[in-house]
Amino acid sequence: MDLSVRIGSLTLKNPLVAASGCFGYGVEYAEVVDLSTLGAIVSKGLFLEPREGHPAPRIVETPAGMLNAIGLQGIGARRFVDEKLPELRARGATVIVNVCGTTLDEYVEVSRVVSDAEGVAAIELNISCPNIKEGGIQFGCSLNGTFDVVSAVRKATPLPVIPKLTPNVTDVASFARAAEDAGADAVSLVNTFLAMVIDVESRRPKISNVVGGLSGPAIRPIAVRMVWECRQTVKIPILGMGGIADARDALEFLIAGANAVQIGTANFVDPFIWGKVLGGITDYMERHRVARVADLVGSLDAREEAADPTRPAKSV
Amino acid sequence: MPIDVPARVLANRRLSDDYNVLTLDAPAIGAAAEPGQFVMLKPGAGADPLLRRPFSVFEVLRDDRGAAAAITILSKRIGPSTRLIFDAVPGRRVDCLGPLGRPFTPVAPPSDAWMIAGGVGLAPFATLAEALAARGAATTLFYGARRGDELFYLDFFRALGVELILTTEDGSIGERGRVVAPLERRLAERSAGAALMLYACGPEPMLAAVARAAARYGRPCQISVERIMGCGLGGCYSCVVPMRADDGAVHNVRSCIAGPVLAADRVVWG
Repeated sequence: MDLSVRIGSLTLKNPLVAASGCFGYGVEYAEVVDLSTLGAIVSKGLFLEPREGHPAPRIVETPAGMLNAIGLQGIGARRFVDEKLPELRARGATVIVNVCGTTLDEYVEVSRVVSDAEGVAAIELNISCPNIKEGGIQFGCSLNGTFDVVSAVRKATPLPVIPKLTPNVTDVASFARAAEDAGADAVSLVNTFLAMVIDVESRRPKISNVVGGLSGPAIRPIAVRMVWECRQTVKIPILGMGGIADARDALEFLIAGANAVQIGTANFVDPFIWGKVLGGITDYMERHRVARVADLVGSLDAREEAADPTRPAKSV
Repeated sequence: MPIDVPARVLANRRLSDDYNVLTLDAPAIGAAAEPGQFVMLKPGAGADPLLRRPFSVFEVLRDDRGAAAAITILSKRIGPSTRLIFDAVPGRRVDCLGPLGRPFTPVAPPSDAWMIAGGVGLAPFATLAEALAARGAATTLFYGARRGDELFYLDFFRALGVELILTTEDGSIGERGRVVAPLERRLAERSAGAALMLYACGPEPMLAAVARAAARYGRPCQISVERIMGCGLGGCYSCVVPMRADDGAVHNVRSCIAGPVLAADRVVWG
């Protein structure tokens, strides 16, 4: 059984990737997960300089989900390279660095810093964090901005470049197209949905930033739809995410057209989720006689007769 | 190394209309837990509530040979997860991840130990009192609650030889008012040469007041903070506490892995 997937020039040993902002710098999880068994880990978002992020409270739970506005607290690209990367390398992790910037130049500079370091497999461009005013979303919400930042970073690094797209736009697929046109090797989607929770007794917002990003199972069907739309539009690989909590959720994304999947919020609930999801995917592949996980990608049967509700449901 | 145990509820003892003690079949976590460490509990299956909640390991129950047999947690019903914990029936499964976080450092003679607890902040002090008793440290518990019927486990602490100083907001047991008042008086009385360690857990204003008192009298103080926590492992950055570093700069520190026990003199209070 072949679980490997290709993301541009990069081959992942399996399609499970730890999502940025949900796995620290990876080293935090080294005691509970063998990092070398994951397809890849995506670091917390990194600017050039350290950032302290927003004051607490930074998260609030919602039905089948959570809102966060951490504010991209982070140690900065150089300290990541010096302090975290050596351990990740020693543990055999495939490391994708989530690159942030307040300006085009900063994206380029951070990309150069991590490209010069040993042990970085790819760059995920954070152009979609909804929680800070000056960090990326202004690029991610404009087709020209997306094209410009991907083009600039594309020229600055030999590594695969993977912009992470926001769902807070009218047509995500057009942003995937802009990224592809600018030379992106793949796209990640979706980041969180901008949302808000109010304490009615105090009439105060429940997180300090007032608004934050919604993640978790609540957003999964929307994310699946967006991945499917992007699959119709671009040829480059897609790393799909949004509320994946078990193998069936992951399979939905693969079938919709994702080449790999990222797990975020569910890792908070169960840090041992990785082996369970991978086991569930291999069980599914055995039952459906699928030899290569890559063969599942975009395998949606969207023929009209397939949707006939009188047909007996195929058990998965 | 933390483990995740699909623990059965062995007992659920209600202490009041809001407080309960839940006994969980998690002996391996009990055997590994140190005073002040915590577990992340998921009391309901499925996605609502979604996240786990942090709880101090309240007691480690032991068999006749002294081996850990189970743990208990002390919970106060305030939201959906604590409601599930309040209503949990024996046999129910509660996923229990732990032990997590940095524990208290227990002192030994000649240092005395003063523990300051407010409400459900009593939770980390049962195991700490046992560790202090095992070291022979003279221990005092300053324990405040809203009402006398919300002061729990007094006999447990007495049996360990812990001196109790109780306060209630309604004056029904002990001194009327907040627990910091008798603490301040005792600090003022104590000779500067007599070694002392303070340990505190409770509501934020109480912790801030204890930290100020400790600083005024030059006493070291370890506090256990409670923050909204997403993962308990350092992954989500939601449980941060602003703390002053050696260079004077203030950094947001993850209380799940740098704490929950923190040096009170480094915390920047809001």
